[in-house]
Amino acid sequence: MTIQGSKHESSYLDYKGKYKGIFAWILSTDHKRIALLYLFSILSFFVIGATLGLLMKFELIAPGKTLMNAQAYNAFFTLHGIVMIFAVVIPGLPAVFGNFLLPIQLGAKDVAFPRLNLFSWYLYVTGVTLVVISQFAGQGPPDTGWTFYAPYSFRTAGNMLPAVFGAFVLGFSSILTGLNFLVTIHRMRAPGMTWLKMPLFPWTLYATGWIQLLATPIIGITLLMIVAERTIHIGFFDPTLGGDPLLYQHLFWTYSHPAVYIMILPAMGAISEIVTTFSHKSIFGYRFMVASALLIAFVGYFVWGHHMFTSGMSGTALYTFSLLTFLVAIPSAIKVFNWVSTMHQGSIDLQTPFYWAVAFIFVFMIGGFSGLILGSLAADVHLHNTHFVVAHFHFIVFGGTGFAFFGAMHYWYPKITGKMYDAKWANIGLLMFFTGFITLYGPMFILGVEGMPRRYFDYDEVFHAGNIISTMGSWILYSGGLIIIINLFSSLKSGAKAPADPWGGKTLEWTIPSPPTIENFDETPVITNGPYNYK
Amino acid sequence: MENEKPHIIPYRTFLLVLATLITLTLISVSVTQIYLGTLTVFIALLIAAIKSSFVLQIFMHLKFENKMLKFMAIAVILIICLVIFITLLDYLYR
Amino acid sequence: MDIHRDDLASKTGMWLFLFTEMLLFGGLFVVYSVYRFRNVQAFHLAADELDVFIGTVNTIILLISSCTIAMSITALQRNNKKLSLLLLSITVILGLMFLFNKYIEWGDHFREHIYPGSPVLALRGQGDVLFYGLYFFMTGLHALHIIVGLGFIGFIMIYIFRDRVTHDNFVLLENSGLYWHLVDLIWIFLFPLFYLIT
Repeated sequence: MTIQGSKHESSYLDYKGKYKGIFAWILSTDHKRIALLYLFSILSFFVIGATLGLLMKFELIAPGKTLMNAQAYNAFFTLHGIVMIFAVVIPGLPAVFGNFLLPIQLGAKDVAFPRLNLFSWYLYVTGVTLVVISQFAGQGPPDTGWTFYAPYSFRTAGNMLPAVFGAFVLGFSSILTGLNFLVTIHRMRAPGMTWLKMPLFPWTLYATGWIQLLATPIIGITLLMIVAERTIHIGFFDPTLGGDPLLYQHLFWTYSHPAVYIMILPAMGAISEIVTTFSHKSIFGYRFMVASALLIAFVGYFVWGHHMFTSGMSGTALYTFSLLTFLVAIPSAIKVFNWVSTMHQGSIDLQTPFYWAVAFIFVFMIGGFSGLILGSLAADVHLHNTHFVVAHFHFIVFGGTGFAFFGAMHYWYPKITGKMYDAKWANIGLLMFFTGFITLYGPMFILGVEGMPRRYFDYDEVFHAGNIISTMGSWILYSGGLIIIINLFSSLKSGAKAPADPWGGKTLEWTIPSPPTIENFDETPVITNGPYNYK
Repeated sequence: MENEKPHIIPYRTFLLVLATLITLTLISVSVTQIYLGTLTVFIALLIAAIKSSFVLQIFMHLKFENKMLKFMAIAVILIICLVIFITLLDYLYR
Repeated sequence: MDIHRDDLASKTGMWLFLFTEMLLFGGLFVVYSVYRFRNVQAFHLAADELDVFIGTVNTIILLISSCTIAMSITALQRNNKKLSLLLLSITVILGLMFLFNKYIEWGDHFREHIYPGSPVLALRGQGDVLFYGLYFFMTGLHALHIIVGLGFIGFIMIYIFRDRVTHDNFVLLENSGLYWHLVDLIWIFLFPLFYLIT
């Protein structure tokens, strides 16, 4: 495989353009630099969100007040949710790895609208700033949960408006990123790269882009309605004025359910890339992987009511949503089957990214099965709003998108930085992280079945033992996370120089230098094979 | 890079479409003055859909665009209708 | 590096943005459907109070403005810069007329103490509160989009005047036309739902 790019041309990290110093970064429209801007912001907020979680778990180590009172706990879980969902996991993989890799995997120089891309990052920064402001200004931080349910969200004294506006602006950032990626994929594939010769990570970014585009506006308008309730008492969700609080839930989840597919689809794409590369074997069932990604995006649009089973919906709505929820699990299962089939009789190279992928498949399956349990109407009556739900979404979102993010981080680290990470510490960190993860969230399934509610700062003594184990898990997880992140940073200085293709990957990014030059390719590649051309 | 000659729609076509749209508007106003019960909503929305179709196809040039764009527009409209329909499954059967 | 221009990418980008706007208003149509279903009588009676004549005039104003902006593209494609700018000016004037009518309508309502949060409105009953809440919110959001659209058209007129948008580089004009047509499309649905269902 020919490696493009001469040794004389500088990498995108050293490129000297129009601007100097920090302006060379915050005014850059280069997709690779924008990806790193996002990485810096998202990692920062991940650490903030994780620390909030750590403190919440510390509160829950014993019944009664440990660290904080009930009001403070409500503010903590609200901020934890807003930060993790809107500032970390939804932008997460698309903003960082989508931005960095998509043009390269398509053989392009950049995305379709580079200035719009930079503007998306500015919107992100504005949005998170508003969220931070909501914590300190006015009458106290929001305490509604990240779900902002009506009527409490327009009656509470807490500082709702900056938080709601922050979420609105973050949504707009997401929409524009999705729009950019969709046009990039439609119009900028290299000559010869037909749709079915495109790698799977871009395919998942394509499916995700449609969800970002078509679902996010719904929460946009819903948040505006909350603002209208709070400011001019418009009455849409106020029962005293004829509004229906349940309608808020419908509208909120019409976005927020597809949002979880924004979170998981690119993660699945990254896992497909990692599994393929480290099995040295083409992905099993490429067309089914494509179809399942598109199906998840489409069917996932119509299952939102499964967040509302106990809210008072009609019987017809109940069984419609339950049925559709079961249907949407099928394409996910197809993907798991295909990943494992890819590994079967492959030539496995045991590296850190591959370990993350295996861990992903394990926790994603647990999370997925628990989702089927919650999707069953009768079971959900018992389990709704218990810690079972908390375990479910942490397994599937944190275990899913989170693990895939770390896997992608290690997989593409050589390409992005030009260095190799220290594998020993990466694996130690992973092991601690995984152990901590299972210890933290595993007991929550049992606690939930036993009846421990969520979003309560206190609980009955009977739940004490499970909570002690869980809180200790949070310490192990947090420490493992610190090791991983510190290792990634220290390897920037002390890591070995990375070759263009350290893993034997077949997608286009491995044909250019590590790190890439500013324009990615010397000449636009011409594609003749499929994306995973293993002999 | 597309180097085809751009498709130019003659002024006459636009003016004919405008005349049709205004006619349809006046029809919808007069029809809804007659009491038709639940049919009123249906007819008003039907006429609105026909007017939209003209705006989309001719004014917005969709009739002459590539298949992808046409498919996308139809899919989006379908999704909006499905969301409204499924939400009403709750309210209609409570 | 060669200057690569992809008009289809630009146009596709605008269509995708229009889809987000459709979904944005779509959320409001969901709210309308639900509350109309639950307050059929109240919505009927409230709609009766709206002035069908102004509504019809406004509808026709927007339809004509859609026609003029579409014709302005043809004019520019035929290299008739003056006609294109004239048609765009008419579009802007029609847009401003629409906004003026809305200002009059809303003023009439405010004078009768009908506005979101008004105690007078609350006394009339929940159906009325919801109808007028939706009326002000949806036509208000729509009017905001008209203002943005007019701004967009204004910019394009300057570009055309300065020959940055020309007979062989007119995708920006097409895109502003697409945005304006969307604004027209939304009103095509708002008009019957608020004025005609009586």
